[in-house]
Amino acid sequence: MRYSGLKVITEGLFGNKGWGPAWRNPAPKAEYDAIIIGGGGHGLATAYYLAKNHGMTNIAVLEKGYLGSGNIGRNTTIVRANYYMPGNSEFYSHSLKLWEGLEAELNYNVMHSQRGQLILAHSDGQRDTLARRGNAMINQGDDAELWTLDQVKDFAPYLDFAQTRFPIYGGLMHKRGGTARHDAVAWGYARGADRRGVDLIQNCEVTGIDIENGVVTGVQTTRGAIRAKKVGMVVAGRSSQVAAMAGMRLPIESHVLQAFVTEGLKPIIDSVISFGMGHFYISQSDKGGLVFGGDLDFYSSYAARGNLPMVEHVMEAAMTLMPMIGRAKVLRSWGGIMDMSADGSPIIDKTHIEGLFVDAGWNYGGFKAAPASGWCMAHLMATGQSHEVARRFRLDRFRTGHVMDEEATGSQHNLH
Amino acid sequence: MRIPCPLCGTRDRREFYYYGSEDYLKRPTDQGTIEDLDDYLFLRDNPAGVTRDVWYHEAGCGAWMVVTRNTISHEVLGSELVAKKKEA
Repeated sequence: MRYSGLKVITEGLFGNKGWGPAWRNPAPKAEYDAIIIGGGGHGLATAYYLAKNHGMTNIAVLEKGYLGSGNIGRNTTIVRANYYMPGNSEFYSHSLKLWEGLEAELNYNVMHSQRGQLILAHSDGQRDTLARRGNAMINQGDDAELWTLDQVKDFAPYLDFAQTRFPIYGGLMHKRGGTARHDAVAWGYARGADRRGVDLIQNCEVTGIDIENGVVTGVQTTRGAIRAKKVGMVVAGRSSQVAAMAGMRLPIESHVLQAFVTEGLKPIIDSVISFGMGHFYISQSDKGGLVFGGDLDFYSSYAARGNLPMVEHVMEAAMTLMPMIGRAKVLRSWGGIMDMSADGSPIIDKTHIEGLFVDAGWNYGGFKAAPASGWCMAHLMATGQSHEVARRFRLDRFRTGHVMDEEATGSQHNLH
Repeated sequence: MRIPCPLCGTRDRREFYYYGSEDYLKRPTDQGTIEDLDDYLFLRDNPAGVTRDVWYHEAGCGAWMVVTRNTISHEVLGSELVAKKKEA
């Protein structure tokens, strides 16, 4: 069924009885051409582009819970392409272009809103770094504007410009940045993949990966064995557990990242604002809640909930940046499990096992990457070659010294 | 989360700096290969459950310790000094 304004009107006139489920709920077949482990944003996007770009429709997505039950439904929904390093810059640029056409592509409202993202500078050095990053973004073909203090004041007069500890010097505006409805991205890709014949199999946990003589032959699941010549592991925070089924160790540690949302308020913050000194970022959802987050708790965890010291730290950063937020009541906080790579950049690569591919290490930036990650993972699984914009996301880059430390903090597990 | 320091007793998590998996204590010898270094620096078991990792009592006695804890429940099961471990 194609969604349209006319469809909404006609269904409204006839009691909304014509709406069917957005995707089927098939039982697993005995064999597929390819299997994707993980029915989150990246896994569903991979399935969609395998079907759409490469004509592979005899494929299945295996999800241990329900579709979109992981980080795709637990993030702070920011979409941007403001990376500096070669390798990251072209990848996120590609992703943003896919975002810009995503709703038309999927015939699904993902509520992509290019409301702009402003990163603040709090010192001369930080402003210089932002200028450098902005130039890299412009060279990549994306947009960036270095804003003066007066421009920031006009745009966001509620920030605390009077304080002396972290004075605001200006900022970098990325107008094509913004937010999207996170669940809808998973649902849109799921519906698109299903319409092209992909089997989306829920409540189906992979318990083993079958390998014979260094070649993958299928997977064992809670719903029986399924054969396949190609298997893609796209499981975010659980990457290490799934890779361990293939006898692999990944350069990944899973960490918890917390996020927060306040009660619904009238419109006040009409962009995404990032606080350069406290690793704090905030936007306002279309429902009115202020959605914000900070840094990792900084110890390995699978708890999907954090500790209070980081809650306190994030609230302190919020109050330092915009004291008005002190009047808002926090409704919820939660944690997601991030697959943190040692250098803070992702992995889309083959493994040493033929037919087994890995898409992992998305750190705290996986949401905006979902379209391009799916696009590039599909390219890799279909052709056996890395896509041009993801060619540096290699699994062996730590051993060979080709690390991609975007944050420039050091390629070490506890620093990202 | 509260962490038991073998020297200071149980203290607030904020006094400690997390370094990472116990793998960091298994430094390869100068006869080791690139693969050994990769194992030591980057590749991790990353267990969902009981893990052993290295912490530093930064705002306390300055001791390095191996903490045994559960990554799913955040329960801390014990700790021992890296120095003691090396002697043993």
